[in-house]
Amino acid sequence: MPRVNFAAPTTIDEAAAALASASGLAKIMSGGTDLLVQLRSGRLKPELIVDTKRIPGLIGMRQEGGMWIIGAATPGVMISDNHEFEHDYPGIVEGMDLIGSQQIQGRCSLAGNLCNASPAADSVPAVIASRATCVIAGPNGARREALVEAICVGPGRTSLQKGEFIIEFHIPKPKAHQCDAYLRFIPRTEMDIAVVGCGVNVTLDGGGTCTDARVVLGAVAPTTVIVEDAAKALIGHKLDEATLAKLDTAAQAAAKPISDKRGTIEYRVKVSGVLARRAATIAFERAAKR
Amino acid sequence: MSKHHVTTTINGEPAEYLCEAQQTMLDVLRDELGLTGSKEGCSSGDCGACTIIVDGNITCSCLMLGVEGEGRTITTIEGVAQGDKLHPVQQKFLEHAALQCGFCTPGFIVAAKALLDSNPNPTEEEARYWLAGNLCRCTGYDKILRAVMDAAEVMRAEAGR
Repeated sequence: MPRVNFAAPTTIDEAAAALASASGLAKIMSGGTDLLVQLRSGRLKPELIVDTKRIPGLIGMRQEGGMWIIGAATPGVMISDNHEFEHDYPGIVEGMDLIGSQQIQGRCSLAGNLCNASPAADSVPAVIASRATCVIAGPNGARREALVEAICVGPGRTSLQKGEFIIEFHIPKPKAHQCDAYLRFIPRTEMDIAVVGCGVNVTLDGGGTCTDARVVLGAVAPTTVIVEDAAKALIGHKLDEATLAKLDTAAQAAAKPISDKRGTIEYRVKVSGVLARRAATIAFERAAKR
Repeated sequence: MSKHHVTTTINGEPAEYLCEAQQTMLDVLRDELGLTGSKEGCSSGDCGACTIIVDGNITCSCLMLGVEGEGRTITTIEGVAQGDKLHPVQQKFLEHAALQCGFCTPGFIVAAKALLDSNPNPTEEEARYWLAGNLCRCTGYDKILRAVMDAAEVMRAEAGR
């Protein structure tokens, strides 16, 4: 691999300063499972890699002030092993768990999956569906909070400025009768990239009528897509066939995919509707039991 | 660029090495430390031939930098047997002839050992999913799965479970 400088700071401010002071490209590394592949292929030629894993809080999960707070570099295995979190957000865990193999799960992180900025990132749709935010650190002690959907602006591109990096995610604790689900379609059962992914988060009233919803599609546009019309199709309704049909139509209309080796445009559009139906069905069933 | 000095624990022993930032943990193991059991297959985290255990989690050593090894606890295929006594997974790979060319074998054995350490009684489906990150080009997976399931049984019997 080409030569590169490396820093493993132990504070957020040191990391931000190192990122900001680099004259060339500086990359944050949490798990490195995308970064090192891009380095080796020559697609990225950073001058500096800043490993965030030695910064206290960047790995770990806690509940505070009605929120789940997840450190940006927390690996998939740690998220999957947290049964309280899995109870609250089975859909986020489903998405995170689909990233790569068990070997990758030991390293891959929410922030890495988000900032790699692939529209097919499996952990992202359910996190956006939860209305999560992320806290971003910048140079000179700067901190700002942003919605997760504001981070990825196109394939491989984020809205983060020079010197900025995500330090943690804030995910609101679910309300009564609120739950989520994530499904992805791939042509086999493991180790592939989503043809379509769909995260659905719903809140029901005591009678099973939807009072709030978010439907998010992955891999069918340059970024993940929040399907407002799909949420509208669910809100105010129980999950009967007429509601599912409207949800299906809205999801298909929102999908603007490309054709590639994993699927054609027509196929991805069709599958978007099918996955939205299935994920919504699972989310409704779960929410009804909460 | 100066080299990084790393102090860590490999296969139960303290280890020290010098490496450049762009060297992967796999490069360090093979080229600096002479631990050539971990294999370089794809170099992109797809094949699992370079699987090692870092602080209890299996990891593709091709997707980890050598400098990240500082202060970690690392197990490679060289640390799986206890002296001359093969680990049950290794023994069962031999008995079931769960290898042909052998290139993928160290990765499979390290991954399977980690599985059985965390889950002594996996279903075959759980074992298949766990090992989905290890590719074999010649044996096919059936004998490998039989070896792993058989090793699990042996280990449970040894542990008195």
